[in-house]
Amino acid sequence: MKAYIKGIGNISPQQTWGYNNFLDPPLEYHRNDLMAVEPDYSQWINPQQLRRMSRVIKMGVTSALMALKDAELEKPDAIITGTGYGCVQDTTSFLTKITDFNEQALNPTPFIQSTHNTIGSQIALLLQCHGYNQTYVHGAFSFEHALLDALMSLQENSAQSILVGGVDELTQISHAIHTRFDKYRREVKSTLTLFDAAEAGTVAGEGAAYFVLSGKDDTQTKACIHAVDTLFQPVQETLLAWIESFVRDRINIPFEDIDLVLLGKSGDEKADKQIDLMAKTYFPGASLGVYKHLCGEHSVSSSFALALATEILLSQHIPEPVIHKAVSRPIRNVLIYNPYFYQHHSLIFLTECHDIK
Amino acid sequence: MADLKVQIIEALNLKHLKPEDIGDDQPLFVEGLGLDSIDALELIVLLQQKHNTKIANAQDGPTIFKSVRTMAQYIQDHKSS
Amino acid sequence: MGAPVHVAGTGVISAIGNTTMECFAALKQHVSGIAPLTSLNSIHKGVLPVGEVKLSNEQLAENVGVDKTLNRTALLGIHAAKEAIAHAEFDIHRWRTGFISATTVGGMDKSEIFFPPFLVDPTQGKLRDVIYHGCGATTDLITAALGITGFTSTINTACSSSVNSIMLGARLIQHGILDVVVAGGTDALTVFTLNGFKSLMILDDNLCRPFDASRTGLNLGEGAGFVVLVSDKVLEEEYLESLAIVSGFANTNDAFHQTASSPDGRGSFAAMQQALTMADLLPSEIDYINLHGTGTQNNDLSEGTAIKRLFGDAYPALSSTKSMTGHTLGACGGIETVFSVLALQHQCVFPNLRFEQAIPEVGIIPQKKFESIAVRHAMSNSFGFGGNCSSIIFSQGR
Repeated sequence: MKAYIKGIGNISPQQTWGYNNFLDPPLEYHRNDLMAVEPDYSQWINPQQLRRMSRVIKMGVTSALMALKDAELEKPDAIITGTGYGCVQDTTSFLTKITDFNEQALNPTPFIQSTHNTIGSQIALLLQCHGYNQTYVHGAFSFEHALLDALMSLQENSAQSILVGGVDELTQISHAIHTRFDKYRREVKSTLTLFDAAEAGTVAGEGAAYFVLSGKDDTQTKACIHAVDTLFQPVQETLLAWIESFVRDRINIPFEDIDLVLLGKSGDEKADKQIDLMAKTYFPGASLGVYKHLCGEHSVSSSFALALATEILLSQHIPEPVIHKAVSRPIRNVLIYNPYFYQHHSLIFLTECHDIK
Repeated sequence: MADLKVQIIEALNLKHLKPEDIGDDQPLFVEGLGLDSIDALELIVLLQQKHNTKIANAQDGPTIFKSVRTMAQYIQDHKSS
Repeated sequence: MGAPVHVAGTGVISAIGNTTMECFAALKQHVSGIAPLTSLNSIHKGVLPVGEVKLSNEQLAENVGVDKTLNRTALLGIHAAKEAIAHAEFDIHRWRTGFISATTVGGMDKSEIFFPPFLVDPTQGKLRDVIYHGCGATTDLITAALGITGFTSTINTACSSSVNSIMLGARLIQHGILDVVVAGGTDALTVFTLNGFKSLMILDDNLCRPFDASRTGLNLGEGAGFVVLVSDKVLEEEYLESLAIVSGFANTNDAFHQTASSPDGRGSFAAMQQALTMADLLPSEIDYINLHGTGTQNNDLSEGTAIKRLFGDAYPALSSTKSMTGHTLGACGGIETVFSVLALQHQCVFPNLRFEQAIPEVGIIPQKKFESIAVRHAMSNSFGFGGNCSSIIFSQGR
């Protein structure tokens, strides 16, 4: 299975659209909720369609349109979306109205827009795309499963070009609830030094990243995705065996050929220690990068990591804030390891434009 | 009718319009303002919440919501006191 | 279509029965499970007709041996999935087994309990009521109860969700990624969805009348439907009976409007047509269609138009079993898949209750009574908000 990345649209807490230099300078936050840097949506979506859209839908639709523009593609054959929590704002808005108005005279719009497939279907509606349309809603596997579906679809030849993305929004209410589960740092001096302090907890984030994937390699290709896999709630031993088998059997290359590993360290001391140990054991010679201090932790942060990995492969340059450990060598093979609160673990392997060298 | 136009703009989030952009007799749906079936439902809620006027059958929407004038007329005729 | 994928077990729970055989008996006897709401804490209690599963959370939990405080979507899912696995009668854990669920509400029934006190004071509301809010978290509760540790996913494409989950299961087997997949969907009735559909003014205050000229809306329902999908290899090595073969499927988008279907049913037409192409079948070879048939003006007209365009006047026996179960949203594709498999297994078609007069624009007369006929290929349709249209074809097992 192979999918060539042709275009990217990425809306995140960093300036990941319309930038001059990628992550240079990076945006620094002094809080534990990182909101996306949003574009002027009216440049992308007409007001008639825009008026009903909540933030997550606007982010999703716009990043999808950005990806298509980047790929110089008008319409994909399929649209596949991953979202852990879907349209949170509309969901909580409708729940609030049910309580406030005692189930009477309720506005239908938030209910209509609350369902998770709204993002993917709004994109279809806008593009008049009648093809395959799918939405994965399985926590921090949502984007990975969307990617897996895209890889299978390309192999089946049921689609030539696929728009695949991950979208999740942070709202006041969702942040308040997650905070009660003690997931986040109480105080954040600077997100750019998140990994310096030995503390518990991470920072919340959000984002939307869509990719145009194709089964054909050409001069438009930015990077090539070879494999994706997920693992739920493993013990440490299973986790390590899984990573080993992914590299050895699935992508079938020597460990030392992996040039860069993007590590989903979250800033949580205990979780990060395990990640560091894993990286030291398996990838002692590789460059190591981090990203969750830039995009914040959320269900589809792996989509941010994939966009980042692609930028790095294209530019052969690891942006300063991403460097965890730099080794001077060409970057051809990149592995993304994205854990999410101990429960969800995923691996994505991608390489520079053409086949593994 | 001016008040009603303000309410319509607010309820349907028609931020790109000003009350004076909506003609009293301008068709609200499709070829006019381009509203759709979801807007019709929102207008039903608007009448209920702001004007204490109920529309039991969504099928009646198209006739009542033909224009701002027909809406205002309906409110006047059906206001439950 | 790639390598054959077989249905080796079915499990279902709905307003008309707690097991596949109970549902089959009700389908045979024209029993409707729709009645005024009894279970939810809602102003619509005692008024709005709905298709409730007749077991309480406590009874569901006791039947399957899990904690009764789990959300109802998970409890229904565990109930049906366990039945499907037991029905398949082999040790699924010997194989690379995955689980794919579909749900639109997830743990919403518990979130509704959490929310009112939380709104008053954000430090209030019991966290255990909101921890499984996400659709995926609900699925994880089900896999934990089933002991499945392999590939697990959740799909939400509104009312077409669980057909998409069965499609994904079949594809994962065809790609050789998994050997066995338990796939389907589950949704509990919630105050959220009840009020949502109420606000859309598409709930019928009386019993729904799918495909009837006088239809005025749908009745919501709840339930779960799962099938055990297996590869040829598993079928042979485990000496299983192939209850049906997944012979074709398609997922398309109407891309017409967020909630309304296009008048000519372009999305549903494409879904049915592409499923036929994959199955390498002519429209005339389909013997039964389990309709999406919600009972709303818009769906039935659009679906009926698409069927008329594709099948012409020689359309096969067709019925909406939602006239008995209610519309179970994310679960309907799973439940109706089980019903379609039953049609193939028992060579019969099911009634579309309360039909009197055909929709004038299409003139389609659905199956009015339970009847034994030859069914070689059965099609099941599921369409949802956002223009999501899915159609799947099952053929007689071997």
